[in-house]
Amino acid sequence: MSNEQEHNFVVSQENWSLHRKGYQDQQRHNEKIKDAIKKNLPDLVSEENIIMSNGKDMVKIPIRSLDEYKIRYNYEKSKHVGQGNGDSEVGDVVARAPGDGQQAGAGNGKKAGDNPGQDYYESEVSIAEIEEALFKELELPNLQEKEKSEIITEKVEFNDVRKKGLMGNVDKKRTILTALKRNAREGKAQITPIYNDDLRFKTWNEVIRHDSKAVVLAMMDTSASMGAFEKYIARSFFFWMNRFLKTKYESVEFEFIAHHTEAKVVTEEAFFSKGESGGTICSSAYYKALEVIEEKYHPSRYNIYPFHFSDGENISSDNKTCIELVHQLMEKSNMFGYGEVNGYNRYSTLLNAYKAIKHPKFKHYVLKEKADVYHAMKSFFQKTAERV
Amino acid sequence: MNGTKELTKAIEEITEVAKGFGLDFYPMRYEVCPADIIYTFGAYGMPTRFTHWSFGKQFHKMKLQYDLGLSQIYELVINSDPCYAFLLNTNSLIQNKLIIAHVLAHCDFFKNNIRFSNTRKDMVESMTATAERIAHYEIVHGKEEVESFLDAILSIQEHIDPSIIRFKLPPKTEDDTGAADSHKKRGEYDDLWNLDQREKQAQSKKTKRQKKIPPSPEKDLLLFIEEYSRELEDWQRDVLTMMREEMLYFWPQLETKVMNEGWASYWHQRIMRKLDLTSSETLEYAKLNAGVVQPSRTSINPYYLGIKIFEDIEERYNNPTEEMIRNGCEPNKGRDKIFEVREMESDISFIRNYLTKELVAKEDMYLFEKKGRDYRITEKDYVQIRDQLVSQRVNGGFPYITVENGDYLRNGELYLRHGYEDIELDIKYLEHVLPYIYQLWGRSVHLETVIEGKETLYSYDGKEMHKQRI
Repeated sequence: MSNEQEHNFVVSQENWSLHRKGYQDQQRHNEKIKDAIKKNLPDLVSEENIIMSNGKDMVKIPIRSLDEYKIRYNYEKSKHVGQGNGDSEVGDVVARAPGDGQQAGAGNGKKAGDNPGQDYYESEVSIAEIEEALFKELELPNLQEKEKSEIITEKVEFNDVRKKGLMGNVDKKRTILTALKRNAREGKAQITPIYNDDLRFKTWNEVIRHDSKAVVLAMMDTSASMGAFEKYIARSFFFWMNRFLKTKYESVEFEFIAHHTEAKVVTEEAFFSKGESGGTICSSAYYKALEVIEEKYHPSRYNIYPFHFSDGENISSDNKTCIELVHQLMEKSNMFGYGEVNGYNRYSTLLNAYKAIKHPKFKHYVLKEKADVYHAMKSFFQKTAERV
Repeated sequence: MNGTKELTKAIEEITEVAKGFGLDFYPMRYEVCPADIIYTFGAYGMPTRFTHWSFGKQFHKMKLQYDLGLSQIYELVINSDPCYAFLLNTNSLIQNKLIIAHVLAHCDFFKNNIRFSNTRKDMVESMTATAERIAHYEIVHGKEEVESFLDAILSIQEHIDPSIIRFKLPPKTEDDTGAADSHKKRGEYDDLWNLDQREKQAQSKKTKRQKKIPPSPEKDLLLFIEEYSRELEDWQRDVLTMMREEMLYFWPQLETKVMNEGWASYWHQRIMRKLDLTSSETLEYAKLNAGVVQPSRTSINPYYLGIKIFEDIEERYNNPTEEMIRNGCEPNKGRDKIFEVREMESDISFIRNYLTKELVAKEDMYLFEKKGRDYRITEKDYVQIRDQLVSQRVNGGFPYITVENGDYLRNGELYLRHGYEDIELDIKYLEHVLPYIYQLWGRSVHLETVIEGKETLYSYDGKEMHKQRI
């Protein structure tokens, strides 16, 4: 609809609904973010921001490939011009360096952010996005159907509407709508009268749900040889493992078993922070694990995942017992994972002994650097669990 | 279509008033669009521009700010003949009135400012063609391939030579004649200084007598790569040419931001005052206007600075000082003067010539710098402030890069030089851009700049970044 004027101008309003270019390119940008996440997964997975955030928030991660790089000036090292109210003096503070986010710059409402240099681009990535990318590549091996006798919860859900029911459950909105429609059919634009036939009731159904539970028996060597790096690696691993299992089970519990020459159940906090001195006897942890299973987590009700992190140092005489116990543990659990944090290729007595174990439930991985957390996840929870 | 009639009537009236003031603009095409369309155009700079993820990112950012109520674009105007102006369909009538007055002055500026004299007025159509061609290349060569090439060009797209008059680069095959000329240019007795070196020179001259590319430092990096890169395929050269065209088209807008916005704001105020507004309309207008021309503590609002300078010029030329009269100024010629200024100047000369000491003091302008964690005011001196504003506008606010040698080390390597003027480059960014240039040039790329007072050369050889003091 347009109309030519003598003044030589045209006003028109067209249908722009097919003009989707902005959205299409936005889509492409999103794809690139996803792609960047995927490419950087090994780094992201061990990103401190995430592990320490307890997985609740959005995390700011610089996704480098998505910056639009140009040859530009260093904003921090150059001078800028501003304007005061008439009483500005040398030495006045006009802004703070952006500690988080950008300063509330410019009342220039028309074009935001047209000052080059102020545009620090850091993509915000939700942990969900990283999970999506990561878990796509993982699968739970040896999933066993637990007996159906496991805990069944019965729930009542109001998810149906019927014509008959208890007056207390009357669905007012639907009733009125029905009455309106009927009256409209009769040519009257009104709600009343409402007949019995118009009444609608909310009705419930009984829902039966099978509760599935998993427990992770996190075991870690806390002897003197396990430093901050080793613990961080273990922590990152358990962090993702927890989140991953949560996508598969309704509830995931953790038992933290710290050991040196003897083992005890500790809190998460103590597990990851406390260091102890002394030598290492791994079998102590396995004994403890078996004990815990016996006490609290019956294999018929729980999917059990014992995972042991160590630096590989163990008293040689203990190795035989360890292998024995690992087999016992595997009988009761879905899989047994052994992660060895060994950044310097030390000779590892324990791993050497474990190499002899040929069992589909037994998995081990040597982590050398942060990025290996990702590879360890992939190795433990392989998609096609054919390689043993 | 609420109020098209009213809108048409308002446009008629405003156009009449604008003409009465002597504004001279192209025929206008007003398009009323929904917000996402306006923001698309804002992000792309042009409704018909080619597709690229960076525009999508920009669009998303702008749209988000709009959705959150943080910022709003009311209008968009395109330098073309006829001139397109896009109005947001949720604008109130009074908002539209202000915008139409504002847009007419922009259009007058596009039509009359000298920097715009070379811009193509059919750019809307031309960009459509470009977009179609790039889309076609995507089909032929693959989306990834084209996108990666666009990424590379976009990283250096501002490094063109926007001079109104420029000379052509020598063709690739041309024999060297330049060296002989430069020989002649030397002073009469200069040869005395290096008599003993003469023989050596004569010898080396013979072997060295090869063309130097470019003969003198070349500002137009895009053009240089387009002409001399051995890496590019035909379709890539084509894309490069088209993108350079687009940049040339956008460049005058970068160069005249303060003036252009100042001019438009100056006129929307004058025109609005001529209209017959009700008191509630006047109030709404005053609020809007205040939002647009609002000074900021941490940056310069081009709308505000521009209008203040224009008003100051008019004021001073209406009441010239004795000195000005001696130089031929007549009283009450302020209006004529600002029309002259809008025709002749760009931001640099505008600020340099017309930002007076009194105005800087009156507007309480200052320089601030990062000191520790804070940005502190460090200077209130007029000359410093003016010069800083000017230097920020030099080369559209981008570092000045020239091609020094296209055959560096006799190995076809590219040697670039940053014309350092007290502001360092962002090294992190530079280290990402060099690989892009490498991608376009196909051989090692070097860039000379100054870091912490020392001349430093950054090089990228396709694998690694090197940094060395010269």
